[in-house]
Amino acid sequence: MPVVIKKRSRKKAITPKKNSFAQFRVSDDDVILREVEQFLYRQAELLDAKRWSDYIELFDADGIYWMPASLEQITGDGMPSIFYEDRNLMTMRMKRIAHPHAWSQTPAWGTSHIVSNVTLEKVDSRTGDVSVRSRFHMMEFRRDASRHFAGVYHHELRKTKHGYTIRLQRTDMVNGEAPFDYVLLAWV
Amino acid sequence: MTTNGGADLTRLIEPDRVHRSVYTDDAIFAREMEAIFQRAWVYVGHESQVKQPGDYCTALLGQQPLIMVRHSDGAVYVLYNRCAHRGALLCAKSRGNTGGAFGCSYHSWQYRTDGTLESIPLPAGYEGTRFSPGAADYNLKRAARVESYRGFVFASLSPSGPALAEFLGEARIALDNMCDRAPAGEVEIVPTCFRFIQHSNWKIFMENQLDALHPYVTHESTGRAAAELERQMMARKQKPPLEYHYLSAFTTPFNEWDKLQTVNYPYGHCMLQGYMGLRPRDPDTLAYEAVMREHYGAERTERILGVNIHHVLIYPGLSVQPALQQLRAARPLAPNRTLTEIWHFRLKGAPEAIYRRALAYYNLINSPSTMVNADDLENFWRCHQGLAADGGDWVSFHRNAGQDDEHDGVIASRRGTSEAPMRNQFRAWKQYLSSSEH
Repeated sequence: MPVVIKKRSRKKAITPKKNSFAQFRVSDDDVILREVEQFLYRQAELLDAKRWSDYIELFDADGIYWMPASLEQITGDGMPSIFYEDRNLMTMRMKRIAHPHAWSQTPAWGTSHIVSNVTLEKVDSRTGDVSVRSRFHMMEFRRDASRHFAGVYHHELRKTKHGYTIRLQRTDMVNGEAPFDYVLLAWV
Repeated sequence: MTTNGGADLTRLIEPDRVHRSVYTDDAIFAREMEAIFQRAWVYVGHESQVKQPGDYCTALLGQQPLIMVRHSDGAVYVLYNRCAHRGALLCAKSRGNTGGAFGCSYHSWQYRTDGTLESIPLPAGYEGTRFSPGAADYNLKRAARVESYRGFVFASLSPSGPALAEFLGEARIALDNMCDRAPAGEVEIVPTCFRFIQHSNWKIFMENQLDALHPYVTHESTGRAAAELERQMMARKQKPPLEYHYLSAFTTPFNEWDKLQTVNYPYGHCMLQGYMGLRPRDPDTLAYEAVMREHYGAERTERILGVNIHHVLIYPGLSVQPALQQLRAARPLAPNRTLTEIWHFRLKGAPEAIYRRALAYYNLINSPSTMVNADDLENFWRCHQGLAADGGDWVSFHRNAGQDDEHDGVIASRRGTSEAPMRNQFRAWKQYLSSSEH
């Protein structure tokens, strides 16, 4: 039986009535949440470890990594995007990064991602597919300088026998519309 | 070598080499801004960025912050972004709609969108002073000259100089061909701008744009990765997207680049012939060509689509790719800092698939995740670092020097990898700097 956290119904000033954030219930969803959190943490770890191939494997055969050009965009299809990559393009990026003459790779660079505020937005009880929102903060170090990127991940995850795969990952950066001081070499 | 406040600047430019200080020296940079960027016709923006009255966007010309705005009568004005009262910037956002007036955030002086002063608060305090609300001093200053060429708005901050059409000369093909490729004869800007800060001098960027010697070296990693993907997909019986070829084209070996041609015009403008197979025979292109023939007839369509150009530089700060509807504007910020603003355009009246082709190029080559400019920016930075060092004083542009064909001030290189475009840019640089010496 799901455990329902008792609502403080009389103290309505504390949370607005329609605030869905106030309605978290400890339930089966909690198990899903833990699984999804682990998935997101592992995905971040693959990026930071530069395990590009394993990272790409997280995506569905027709999965997409999308970083919109602006927060208002509702689709990446036919729209300018910072990234709008299927597995073919992701593979191209990986091969390029691995090439000995990728000059921009020569100075050491690395990243550290923190993923947090993981919130289940939708769970399909029939398929087990999940929509999840989280926040990230990434610090990149390259040639004696640090950059910070932060924002929201929105993952559409497909439940499979072997765990989750990504149908669509949307990455919204709060500083995505700033002038870029150098480029983004890999996915954020 | 010292630069003596600019008096001897032109001695730094020899026909086949230039002194490194032109990239690194603060005083020279200041002179360039005054003598080139604040005198030449510089691209401000496209008319479709300001469709409605009150629509505005901001731009930097040289070191001058400007506003391009659509007035109530439909005219486009380019105004200094500076309140006539105490000097505050009027527009702090890069674009928006200001309604009927610009209001200053400090003391609420109000200006019409043609720059004229509309009102000030508490007008009663000015009796007996020299302040006179009807006088031009209290309007927003206008750019000395503003002209639009097929929707592309340029401004010159100098009251004298050639008219825009004369300035553009043959290089106007960049804008003509982009517009002509639209069945409706005009283009519309896509309102996304990708911006980069390059940690290098603006001229390093401009020299790179038509440099056919660099792609095979600089972009080898991406060219090879793209070519490999194309092969893998074909082995899987998949058809690689057309735009992959924009990347795999970088595997074109040196001798093929050498077969291209550059044409170099007065005022520093230059053109590099296309190489990316910009006129494919896929169904989308054929459908588009049919629409073109309906609008222009077969003969004119052939003339338009037969124009095979990769980049045109409109010196000092604009790089245009008409066949892919891309535009990069370089805005120098400091000797070692350059802002580039990258836009793309929609061909009015063309099928959606043709827009998507321009978009694919924009996303793959020009977005912040670019696999191409990544290595350019790295090299620009390396150049600037090296030029700031004492390891040598000169930058070599000797390649094919003296071997180009010149007729009536237009220099055609016999080889694609000739450093003629760089020499041509410095020919103009020298003219700008010497004609502004006092």
